[in-house]
Amino acid sequence: MVSRIYWKLLPATSALLLTNLVLAQTPALSVKPPVGVVVKKGATVDVKVMATLNEGFHLNSHTPTEDYLIPLSLKWEGPLQEVDVVYPKPQFEKYSFEEKPLSVLTGQFPLVTKFKAPASATVGPVTLNGKVRYQACNNNACFPPKTVPVTLTVQILP
Amino acid sequence: MASVVLLLLAGCSQQPSLKRPPVKEVSKRQAAPDFALKDINGTTVHLSDYRGKVVLLDFWATWCGPCKMEIPWFMEFERKYKDRGFAVLGVSMDDDGWPTIKPFVKDIGMNYRVVLGNDQTGDLYGGIEALPTAFLIDREGRVAIEHVGLSSRREFEDGIENLLEAVAGDKRAAIN
Repeated sequence: MVSRIYWKLLPATSALLLTNLVLAQTPALSVKPPVGVVVKKGATVDVKVMATLNEGFHLNSHTPTEDYLIPLSLKWEGPLQEVDVVYPKPQFEKYSFEEKPLSVLTGQFPLVTKFKAPASATVGPVTLNGKVRYQACNNNACFPPKTVPVTLTVQILP
Repeated sequence: MASVVLLLLAGCSQQPSLKRPPVKEVSKRQAAPDFALKDINGTTVHLSDYRGKVVLLDFWATWCGPCKMEIPWFMEFERKYKDRGFAVLGVSMDDDGWPTIKPFVKDIGMNYRVVLGNDQTGDLYGGIEALPTAFLIDREGRVAIEHVGLSSRREFEDGIENLLEAVAGDKRAAIN
């Protein structure tokens, strides 16, 4: 009986095992822009993009503690002026491969961009294309820097 | 059943775990793919140039903390085992190339050869996702050990000694 259950479960458990192993070993950052963003001509608006890094990994903050580390960055292109990007407060974590604690981010965090709509902007929807660049590691390995695209639609009001 | 459950639990663990296999049996070793890459002086280096030596082929990058930790060990291995037919060959995977790598190599005082790798080189070795990834290659140019992620100095040294000793043992056997 136990043997029969074992063989029935084996394909499913093996598939899950493989999926888990693959997912657990690669960092992935997902970014989610807000919807329904509006701004009046000549005014500013804060746009919060939520980013989520899968568990077991960390990425360098915008202000890494070592020169050789690649910082987190968010850059936009589009008809609105990017006034400022506010990055989240980093955590300082100690890892076995570095003597000093590193300035990192883990899990879910916001990336807030302050945009200004020019006074001469055309009323209606505009699209902004952003790029989040990050470089992640786990406790014993690092992974090549990646860039994640993010698209934002903003409604410009009179 | 118990082993499947244990494997499943290991896979479900949120903490990434990277397996470190032991030295492969000779019959199970596969040829290390050859490549032609430029070193810091612009000289073309082929992996096959090292045939007859035990080679530690290290894929690394300047932005990789765990790689930085291993490099001093490799420098010491280069000094310690060079005369016994051993060499370290570093393959930098930095996208920015030599302007980034050269100052790093100079600052650390790396005493072994470094070449500039690329995605094609990584693909030859099964796609290098995590750094550091190091291959210990025997004198016949076959991959004997693969280390993915930060390993211990002892693990590397045991592997190097094993491959150097194996050759010495083979030669003694041939003489007798």
